[in-house]
Amino acid sequence: MQKANTEQAQLVKEISNVDTRKCMKCGKCSASCPSYEEMDIRPHQFVSYVQNNKVNELMESTSLWKCLSCFACVERCPRDVKPARLIEAVRLMVIRQKGQNYLLPDEVPELLDEEVPQQLLASAFRKYSK
Amino acid sequence: MQRIGVFVCHCGTNIAATVDVEKVVEMVKKEQGVVHAEEYQYMCSEAGQSKIREAIKEKQLTGVVVCSCSPRMHENTFRKAAEKAGLNPFLVEIANIREHCSWIHKDREEATEKAVILARAAIAKVNLNTPLQAGESKVVKRALVIGGGIAGIQTAIDIADAGYEVDIVEKTPSIGGRMSQLDKTFPTLDCSACILTPKMVEAASYTYSEVEKVSGFVGDFFVDIRKKARSVDMSKCTGCGVCTEKCPSKKGKSEFNRGLSNRSAIYTPFAQAVPNVPVIDREQCTKFKTGKCGVCAKVCAAGAIDYEQKDEIITGNYGAIVVATGFDTISLDKFDEYSYNQSPDVITSLEFERLTNAAGPTKGKLVRLSNHEKPKSVAFIQCVGSRDVTCRGKSYCSKICCMYTAKHAMLIKDKYPDIDVHVFYIDVRTPGKNFDEFYRRAVEEYGVNYIKGQVGKVAEVDGHLLVQAVDMLDNKRIMLNVDMVVLATAIEPDPSVREIATMLTASIDTNNFLTEAHPKLRPVESPTAGVFLSGVCQGPKDIPETVAQAGAAAVKAIGLLAKDKLVTNPCVAKANELFCNGCSNCEHVCPYGAISYQDKEVNDHGVRETRRVAFVNSAICQGCGACTVVCPSGAMDLQGFSNRQILAEVDAICR
Ligand SMILES: Cc1cc2nc3c(=O)[nH]c(=O)nc-3n(C[C@H](O)[C@H](O)[C@H](O)COP(=O)(O)OP(=O)(O)OC[C@H]3O[C@@H](n4cnc5c(N)ncnc54)[C@H](O)[C@@H]3O)c2cc1C
Ligand code: SF4
Ligand code: SF4
Ligand code: SF4
Ligand code: SF4
Repeated sequence: MQKANTEQAQLVKEISNVDTRKCMKCGKCSASCPSYEEMDIRPHQFVSYVQNNKVNELMESTSLWKCLSCFACVERCPRDVKPARLIEAVRLMVIRQKGQNYLLPDEVPELLDEEVPQQLLASAFRKYSK
Repeated sequence: MQRIGVFVCHCGTNIAATVDVEKVVEMVKKEQGVVHAEEYQYMCSEAGQSKIREAIKEKQLTGVVVCSCSPRMHENTFRKAAEKAGLNPFLVEIANIREHCSWIHKDREEATEKAVILARAAIAKVNLNTPLQAGESKVVKRALVIGGGIAGIQTAIDIADAGYEVDIVEKTPSIGGRMSQLDKTFPTLDCSACILTPKMVEAASYTYSEVEKVSGFVGDFFVDIRKKARSVDMSKCTGCGVCTEKCPSKKGKSEFNRGLSNRSAIYTPFAQAVPNVPVIDREQCTKFKTGKCGVCAKVCAAGAIDYEQKDEIITGNYGAIVVATGFDTISLDKFDEYSYNQSPDVITSLEFERLTNAAGPTKGKLVRLSNHEKPKSVAFIQCVGSRDVTCRGKSYCSKICCMYTAKHAMLIKDKYPDIDVHVFYIDVRTPGKNFDEFYRRAVEEYGVNYIKGQVGKVAEVDGHLLVQAVDMLDNKRIMLNVDMVVLATAIEPDPSVREIATMLTASIDTNNFLTEAHPKLRPVESPTAGVFLSGVCQGPKDIPETVAQAGAAAVKAIGLLAKDKLVTNPCVAKANELFCNGCSNCEHVCPYGAISYQDKEVNDHGVRETRRVAFVNSAICQGCGACTVVCPSGAMDLQGFSNRQILAEVDAICR
C-alpha cells in the first residue's frame, strides 16, 4: 500500500535531510549530471517533485536507477540543496518496500567492464535490486 | 531637600487600559521629595507639556519624573519642556510604564503595582540627580574621502561645491576606480571615460597613498596618510611619457588591463590617468633590483626621476570622513568547472571590458586570447559566484551583472552582427529606470539568445569551448560549442575595507560591506559619528546609484561641517583623581579609546604629590559604562548614571 503523498514527501525530506525550499531552480544540478539524458525526471525536477509532494511518481521513475551517485549535483549546487540525497532517499524507500536485494555481491564483478565508473559500484546493489 | 513633580500619562488607552493611573498618582505622593503629582491623557501634547512647565514654575520643582512611554520616544520632548521652564534638562527622568509595563501585562492590579515600582525607582534616582551641562567640541571644516572611484570623486566634488576643502586618498597611482576601466556604460551606452575624465580632473587628491592611522573623533579627526614613494617628482614631471616608452623592463602585468597586457616598470596606469605622472614599480625595476639600468633618469628631460624618494607621512585634520573604497571581483580558483584557469578564452566580464575598449590591449578588437582570431560565438554566464550560499561564493546578488551582460552582448552584436551571442541566466534582474527596456533590446533588437539555466561545465574540446547546460524552460540538455566564454563574476568589497573599518571603528557585515547606521533611515551614515559611506563599499550598486549615494553622503558630511560646534553628551565617565590608582584597567576595556592618563598634581588631604590618573575625553566617551565596572578603586563614575543613582533605583525597587 502506498502512503499518502504528503507523508511520503515528509519521509523523503527526513531521510535525506534536504530542505527543498532552498532550491532557486537554476538547473545547475541537471547541467552537471552525467546521467541527464538517461533520466526521465531530472535532478532539478526531482527537487520540485519532492517539494510538491509528488513522491509516488518519483518511486516509479527510472531516474532512481540511472543516478550514478557521483554527487556532481551536490558539489555544484549554489544553494547547497543536495539533489542526489533526495534520489538516494527515494531509492531507499523503494528498496525497503520490496524488502530484498536482487543482486548478490559475488555477481557484481561479471557485470562490470572498464568503462563503468567507480561510483556505480557503491549503488549497484540498490540499482539492480528493483 | 528636593522638590519633585511626577506626571503620569494615560497615553490614551495605551497605558490607562492596563494601569490604574489615579492609583499611581496617589501612591507616588508618598515618596520622598515628591511635592506634586498629577495624571493627564497625553503628556507629550502641548497641553501636557504646559502642565509640566507650570508646575515647575509654581511649585519651584527641582526634579521631574514623567511616567510614560520609552525615553527613546519622548525623553527629548520632556527635557526641552523642563528647560523652557528654567530647569536643567538632566533633572528629568522617565519611568517607562508603557513598553515596560502596560503593553506586556494583562492583569490590571499587577500592572499598576509594577508601574508604581518603576515610578519609585525613577524618583529615587532624581533625588540624586545633579544638573549636567552639555559640552561643546569643535568642527574642523575639511573632509577626507578614502577611495577615488566614481563614488569618492562625486562625494568630494559635491562637498567642495558647498565651499569646504576635501582631500581624496587613493591607493593606486590614479583616481578613477573601476569606472575608468569600463568601455561604454548602461543604460545609456555612453563612453565611460568621457563622463568620468572631466570629473577626475576636477578633484584634487593624494594618489598612490594609503590611510595609516586614524585618531580623534567626529568633527576633529587626525589621519596619518602614507604617500608611497612614486620615485618621480610630481612637481617636475611633465607627463611626456618618454620614460615609460624607453624602460627596458616590460614584464609587469598591467593592473589596469586586468593582466591582459604588460606594462613597463615605470608606468602610468592608463593614458587619461589623473595625475598624469608615472610611478616606478620597485619590484619590477632593474635599477632597484640590480643597481644597473637607470634609463628613465637618463631620458627624462625634466629631471623628474628620483630613485631616492621615500614614503612620506602626512597628518591631516578633518571634521568628517567618507569611505568610498569600492570593490573587486572574487577569485575564480574554486570554480574549476568554468575552466577559467585552464583556458585563455574564458575571461571575466571586467577583462571583457578591457578587450572591447578602444583604449584597451587590443584597441577594441574582440579576439580570442588563445589565437587572436575573432570569435564566431560567445557565451556569457551570469551569477558566477553570486547568490551562492556555499563556501565557494557570495550569498548576495551582485546587482550589476544582469545589466552589464546585456550591455556586453549588445556591444558585440553592434560591432560584429555575425557573432552568435548566448547568455545563460538564472533570473534576469533589471529593476531601475529604463533598465528592463535595455535588456529587452538585447533580446528583441539584437537577437541575443537568452537561455534560462546555470552552466554545469565548460570544457576545452578540440580548440573550442564546450558549454554544458540545461534549458530550464524546455527541459533539454544543451551542448554548445563556442569560441569564448565570459563570466559575470560576483563582486566583493575591496579587501582593504576591513583594515579601514577597524581604524575608523566603523562596522562591517559578514560579507565585509560597511554597515549603515540604519538600513532605511540612515543609509549613508556609519554607526560611528562623523563617518559616512559612499558607493559599493556599502553594497553592490551601479553607477547611477553610486552617484546618488555619493551625493547623499556628501550632504550628510556638509551638514556636519556646516556646524561651528557640536553639542556633546554630558552623560560621560569621569575619574575621581583622588581615588584613581592609575592601573589602566579602564583604558583597556573602553571600546572607543576615550581614556588616557595624565601626570597630575593632586592634593590628597594635605599631601601634595604627582600621580598618574585616568582622564576621559568627553568628546569620545559614549557613556557605555564599561570603565566604571572594572575600576577596582571605584574612581570611575558615569555622570547622570552614577553608581549611587543606580543603587538607589535598585533599593527603591526592592523596598
Ligand atoms: C564588468 C563590469 C561592468 C560594469 N558596467 C557598468 C555599467 O555599464 N554601468 C554602470 O552603471 N555600472 C557598471 N558597473 C558598476 C560600476 O563599476 C560601479 O558601480 C562603480 O565603479 C562603483 O564605484 P565606487 O567608487 O563605489 O567603487 P570603485 O570603482 O571600486 O572605486 C573604489 C576606489 O577606491 C580605491 N580604494 C580601495 N581601497 C582603498 C584604500 N584602502 N585606500 C585608498 N583607496 C582605496 C580603489 O583603488 C578604487 O579606485 C560595472 C561593473 C563591472 C564589474
Ligand atoms: S543546482 Fe541546486 S538550486 Fe539549482 S536547481 Fe539544482 S538543486 Fe536547485
Ligand atoms: S549524483 Fe546522480 S543526479 Fe547527481 S549528478 Fe550524479 S548522477 Fe546526476
Ligand atoms: S545581477 Fe543578475 S547575474 Fe548578477 S548576481 Fe544578480 S541575478 Fe545574478
Ligand atoms: S563610559 Fe564607555 S566610552 Fe566612556 S570612557 Fe568609559 S568605557 Fe569608554
